Amino acid sequence: MSRLIAARRFRAMLLKESLQILRDPSTFLIAFVLPLIMLFLFGYAISLDPARTRIGLALQDSSAPALGLAQAYENSRWFNVTGPRDVATLKRELMAGDIRGIVVIPQDFSRRLQTPEGAVVQVITDGAMPNAAGFVSAYAEGVRASWAAREQLAGRAAPPLELVPRYWFNPELASHFFLIPGSIAIVMTMIGTLLTALVVAREWERGTMEAIMATPLRMPEFLATKVIPYFLLGLGSMTLCTLLAVFLFGVPFRGSAFALLAIASAFLVPALGQGLLISAVTKNQFVASQVALITAFLPAMMLSGFLFEISSMPPVIRALTYIVPARYLIPSLQSVFLVGDLWGMFWRSITVLLGFGVLFFTLALRATHRRIA
Amino acid sequence: MLERLQAIIVKELWAILRDPRARIILVLPPLVQLFVFGFATTLEVKNFDVAVYDRDGGHWSQEFVQRLGGSPNVRRVITVSSSQAARKAIDERSVIAVVMFDQQFSANLSAHRPAIIQAVLDGRRSNSAQIVAGYLAVIADQMGAEIAAQRRPAAPGGSRSAVTNWFNPNLDYLWFAMPALIVVISMVSGLAVTAQSVARERELGTFDQLMVSPLRVHEILIGKMLPPLLIGLLNATVYVLIIAKLFGVPLTGSVPFFYLALIFYLLALIGVGMLVSAVSQTQQQAFLGAFLVMVPAILLSGYATPVDNMPAWLQIVAEGDPSKHFLIVSEGVFLKAMPATEILLNTWPLAVIAAVTLTASSVLFRSRME
Repeated sequence: MSRLIAARRFRAMLLKESLQILRDPSTFLIAFVLPLIMLFLFGYAISLDPARTRIGLALQDSSAPALGLAQAYENSRWFNVTGPRDVATLKRELMAGDIRGIVVIPQDFSRRLQTPEGAVVQVITDGAMPNAAGFVSAYAEGVRASWAAREQLAGRAAPPLELVPRYWFNPELASHFFLIPGSIAIVMTMIGTLLTALVVAREWERGTMEAIMATPLRMPEFLATKVIPYFLLGLGSMTLCTLLAVFLFGVPFRGSAFALLAIASAFLVPALGQGLLISAVTKNQFVASQVALITAFLPAMMLSGFLFEISSMPPVIRALTYIVPARYLIPSLQSVFLVGDLWGMFWRSITVLLGFGVLFFTLALRATHRRIA
Repeated sequence: MLERLQAIIVKELWAILRDPRARIILVLPPLVQLFVFGFATTLEVKNFDVAVYDRDGGHWSQEFVQRLGGSPNVRRVITVSSSQAARKAIDERSVIAVVMFDQQFSANLSAHRPAIIQAVLDGRRSNSAQIVAGYLAVIADQMGAEIAAQRRPAAPGGSRSAVTNWFNPNLDYLWFAMPALIVVISMVSGLAVTAQSVARERELGTFDQLMVSPLRVHEILIGKMLPPLLIGLLNATVYVLIIAKLFGVPLTGSVPFFYLALIFYLLALIGVGMLVSAVSQTQQQAFLGAFLVMVPAILLSGYATPVDNMPAWLQIVAEGDPSKHFLIVSEGVFLKAMPATEILLNTWPLAVIAAVTLTASSVLFRSRME
């Protein structure tokens, strides 16, 4: 009998929490509108693919080879060429960020082509944007090399050695194929940690937490009623993102829905645990929101391997990434979309994530108990 | 009037700085973020593992593997002995690339026939994979050039490119990331502090008390604007000092003009924060609303990817993003010795954003009062 009452009590609380979520428009914004905006931005705006970069051309030689090379730059699909202009004007444009590079074909270009030293095309890049600068220098040289090969000016035979790259899983090299699955991890972090931390901290701040604790509801039950609605909200938002990723953005989905569900569920456990822990420790909405932002959202964005390669980071920072749950989610998430079911990898990340979850929930439970005492 | 203003400013500063945890949260994490994210946010690819599947085992494949191992960017070269093992190494992400030599590789090279090295790369990380493919191609090109030079004396003439990287000769990513982080971290804390300070009073009901006090609406707004402005200026000053002195990023431009732009940037952020809190009822709504603005603003600022790579209509949207304009100033003042006119050209949009958002929020507050 008492078990029946307990079950009814649990259901009633669960309903109360769920209604509370559905009533607040800001929850809806974070769970469904922000994911849409993020997916949209990662699908259209944020691209790590080489795009047409604006460069300036300074043509100081009017010989046929110089004009031919200038033509090659203008026809290149990698560059949007302004000019030809004088170097001083282009310098100002580079300073203002209107162009990202300058190609100078010098005065005696065609004459020097015949000398033993050869002719030098000067490439100036905007080093303030290192990534764009690397791109400009690599592709500017590429344009020159293919022009030289066409003109046979180098007078050399085909290179004896050639490297042929093949890209598995993503032969089109579309960066949104890995950015969109990665952004699903960010969305789940926001719902799991940020939203939960904020909502529960609010109850602490207003004192309604103590009121609820005075009810016969047991502590783990109580935490469960807080967490289950957000767990479902997180999965709902993940599903929405996946459908959009596949049907709107054409990201391939080569794994199984079950695997995706398993990985996502495993990730939500530490995310929710962290949210509860933050709220129980801070008990203040402003501090909770800032802590959640700094310990969950920003690490998920910056230290998870989502945008920035972990192996390139210095050792201390690399060590720090091991305590970011999103780090274990992103490879599996990208694989379930682009590769298929790699259960060996999935089980490993699910185990680690659940381990983090147990840790966070235990700490949250202890922090809550201590607060009451 | 000055007395009233002074009173509200003291009250607002006190409201934020009273809580010791809030004091810590406003100063310490931004510093930690500067260090952690400054080093973490690199689009370089270093320190990666490569697998080699060598079915040739001859002199030339060994030569390539040796050069590969000698590359400063490669951490480990792993040997695999079957295509299944190669597949597994990529699938499990233990390596980013597998370099494959066919059985004829050395024989082809020795017989002056064209030889091909196959590289399989992990397309899940297509951006990094392309950079790695670039490294591998450079090694192959150098080796090929040396082999060609041995076969016959170098043919003179021809053309080549000489690259100069202005503002950042070694393309040190830190030099880009650090000035950009001033923009991002100021935004995160500035928006949060502003949005929260109004919404908190709203939630507690004390905002109505403020409204019925002798204070005028614009005085209340100034009182609310000053603490985030001061905190933002303080944090930014600390960042500038650390970035210039500790990390040695050159500070080449005019510092007074940088501060001028910074003040307008902070005012624009405060305006956006005010607007968010004017339309929210609770702290939760204000914070989540601020977050809803913050994430797209950071993504559109040009920090993650250049604004010129975005579609044209989105570039127009980015014009309304304060961080887009201040990122140009911050990078420019640090690295480019940006002239004052250029700084001012990027400051007036900030002034416009600040004026529009602050006016709109004061109208909203006033309409609420009536």
